[in-house]
Amino acid sequence: MKAPTPRPEDFAWRCRQCGEGMVAAPVTLEYLGNQFTAELPRCPRCGLVYISEELALGKMAEVEQLLEDK
Amino acid sequence: MEQLELRDWERRCIQEEPPECVAACPLHLDARALCGQVAAGRWDQAWQVLFRTLPLPGVLGRICDSPCQARCKRSEAGEAIRVGLIERAVADQPAPRLRLPPLPRKSQKIAVLGDGLAGLTAAWDLARKGYPVALHHPGDAPGAALASEFPTLNAEIVAAEVARLASAGVTFSPGATLNDPAYLAARRAENDALLLDLAICPGAGLDLTPGPDGSPVQDPALGLTSQEKISAALAETSPVWRAARGRWAAASLDRRLQNVSLSAGRDQEGPRPTRLFTSLEGVKPSAALDPADPLAGYSPEEARAEAGRCLDCQCLECVKVCAYLERFGSYPRKYAREIYNNASIVMGMRQANKLVNSCSLCGLCQEVCPSDFAMQDLCRQARQDMVARGKMPPSAHEFALLDQDFSLSADFALARPQAGQASSAEVFFPGCQLCASAPAQAQAVYRRLMATRPGGVGLLLGCCGAPSLWAGDDARLAGAHDQWRGAWESLGRPRVIAACSTCLKTFAEHLPEVEAVSLWQVLDPAGLGRPAPGLTLALHDPCTARHAPQVRQAVRELLAGLGVAVEELRLGGERTECCGFGGLMANANPELAREVVRRRGELSGRDYLAYCAMCRDSLAGVGKRSLHLLDLLFPGLAGEDPAGRPRPGWSRRRENRSRLRRELLRDLWGEEEAAVPGQAEIKLIMDESVAARLEERRILAEDLRAAIARAEAAGDHLVHPETGHRLASHRPHQATFWVEYSPGPEGFVVHNAYSHRMTVVGGGRL
Ligand code: SF4
Ligand code: SF4
Ligand code: SF4
Ligand SMILES: [Zn+2]
Repeated sequence: MKAPTPRPEDFAWRCRQCGEGMVAAPVTLEYLGNQFTAELPRCPRCGLVYISEELALGKMAEVEQLLEDK
Repeated sequence: MEQLELRDWERRCIQEEPPECVAACPLHLDARALCGQVAAGRWDQAWQVLFRTLPLPGVLGRICDSPCQARCKRSEAGEAIRVGLIERAVADQPAPRLRLPPLPRKSQKIAVLGDGLAGLTAAWDLARKGYPVALHHPGDAPGAALASEFPTLNAEIVAAEVARLASAGVTFSPGATLNDPAYLAARRAENDALLLDLAICPGAGLDLTPGPDGSPVQDPALGLTSQEKISAALAETSPVWRAARGRWAAASLDRRLQNVSLSAGRDQEGPRPTRLFTSLEGVKPSAALDPADPLAGYSPEEARAEAGRCLDCQCLECVKVCAYLERFGSYPRKYAREIYNNASIVMGMRQANKLVNSCSLCGLCQEVCPSDFAMQDLCRQARQDMVARGKMPPSAHEFALLDQDFSLSADFALARPQAGQASSAEVFFPGCQLCASAPAQAQAVYRRLMATRPGGVGLLLGCCGAPSLWAGDDARLAGAHDQWRGAWESLGRPRVIAACSTCLKTFAEHLPEVEAVSLWQVLDPAGLGRPAPGLTLALHDPCTARHAPQVRQAVRELLAGLGVAVEELRLGGERTECCGFGGLMANANPELAREVVRRRGELSGRDYLAYCAMCRDSLAGVGKRSLHLLDLLFPGLAGEDPAGRPRPGWSRRRENRSRLRRELLRDLWGEEEAAVPGQAEIKLIMDESVAARLEERRILAEDLRAAIARAEAAGDHLVHPETGHRLASHRPHQATFWVEYSPGPEGFVVHNAYSHRMTVVGGGRL
């Protein structure tokens, strides 16, 4: 999946537990047995991943639909 | 679906059958397409239509005696379309440059003997098939006799078509002595095959055995003689029949020379019946147009006007009444093929998933189809097949199936004899949607039944399994029905009083051992509410009552008893439409479902009366003022203006069911259930726009609470330093919910929520 590059505002969120800001990191996503890697904002310490509304309802939804029809 | 089943489905839909005019034409000229092009003033395309089918279109187009007109559908509403005059008007227009596709030349030589219309047609067809054809004719110019026979022709017109023959490779032998046996014998010797136009050349000396009518033709339809390599076209009066005889004789000769079956696939040749149905509903009768100058025929304007009267005969009865069929741009015959292909795909995209899952399974198509095509069966079978093969898109029906699970869970399901009885003769089964939509009414009905029915009435809460039936999920359906049957048997198999037509239909079709009646057949209205006199309501029958006339009738009688006048909708009763909820259309294609119910609401300006809770709510969901029958019988339970009350949202529909169960248990059976601890105590605060957005995204309060509860307990959420908002995620089933919220003194303020189905491998942790 070619995820859109995270926007600057996506890095405003901080991990509550670790107190860290988000940094872009490769993350593996999975749906219906298909895996792909995308650069997503992530807590550098505990690995908590942030998925924005824009990504969830945009590119992710699109790819989910494609995979469901495959 | 097997190939054979596909064929059956395809055969059933008659939309591709020819219109009467085409079926009646010996040559099957597409008069429907011709009229369409002429009416639009597209003369070049109209010419193409002639050229595609007619031999020597410039000639035949001007002299055809149009037997199609005798069968034209238009004659049932006024007068038949004058197809003959329209053809002539097209032929009068300058012909565009028409190109013949070059064919591989064949080596067998053919002589056509006689230049009547049959001979010319045979030469035309055989030359187009690649044969070297020599046309033998007695006079100087081929076809000259036609020019003198028909006043609408002249030598120039005939010469132009003869030139076309020449450019197709036909050679001409003028001055042929076609009555001289020696001449014919010589032709036979130098050619591989002969074709006789019997109007000009009777075949003297060729040793042909006389056929049944004394001519050398043994089989007039195929133009066969007693000799294999000699075909003959019977003499005819009708010009188009002359051409047809020539065409069929030529086709037989070609098959003989190619050594293929003489008759295979030819049963459709010539005039034939057609199964096409065309409705004349709403068609105003009109008379045919007489040309101002009868000798000259139609002017272009006159031809356009006359062609404009053509009905463009088609069936499409189902497409006219179904927004879903219309939306996908075609008709069931084509859809059957698309659905078949969809199931056959091994690699690549399955394009028809949406088509399969968007049908509401309402069955209206079958009702209006002259040929009994049941799109609902086709779609449901396809869904079963997809589920069985693991190919059903998980998102298509999941929300509704989870809702079914909820109705079958301890949060709602219940089975009790009437309080104080060990067993009851009857049991009330309100179904899931009435309890979800109007729990107070469900309670009132139950109390009323207990008070009026002689043998006691137990209570059964749960789900009839319709969502899994619609989803094609047989395993889940079986589970739901096992559970339902178990509960019903534990009550001693009482007679079921059901409030919902869908439940009744599901029982009748899948639990035939259950005796069930509609609430509307047993509810005694005496002493119940009675609206102010003079009320007229437009009655909306649910699609699942289509084949339940006794239920529809009972509702009408109740209304008559209440003094309510009923406006019957154009599509009502057996022909009623779905509200967009049926078949899980609203899950798989919410936007289309809205369109369906919006159209439904526009059939009348009056307030609607529904007797299915989901129908009422669907109508209300698009702003159509609608009452439920119970709003009349139990007034005051649905607010000041029951017709204008909004559709309760998805979360509310769950809470209503749980609360109904708890209240009835407490009030009737004296059982207090411990309140569900924890999550229910999380108070959510959100403004209307957020609530509406989450409703549309089908995110339940329960999902929000679970996400917040989990994140608050574990502390593993995100925070926004500027707004202070928190962002938590939670994955209860097959979707991950993200909730943006902030804690406040009154509760948690929800700012937004969204979901996705993908997972982060490793759960988003390092
Ligand atoms: S109305 Fe038009 S399409 Fe129908 S039969 Fe007549 S000419 Fe053909
Ligand atoms: S079952 Fe209903 S929604 Fe489906 S094609 Fe037929 S009429 Fe349309
Ligand atoms: S009503 Fe629909 S399914 Fe039936 S024959 Fe006509 S086009 Fe085909
Ligand atoms: Zn962290």
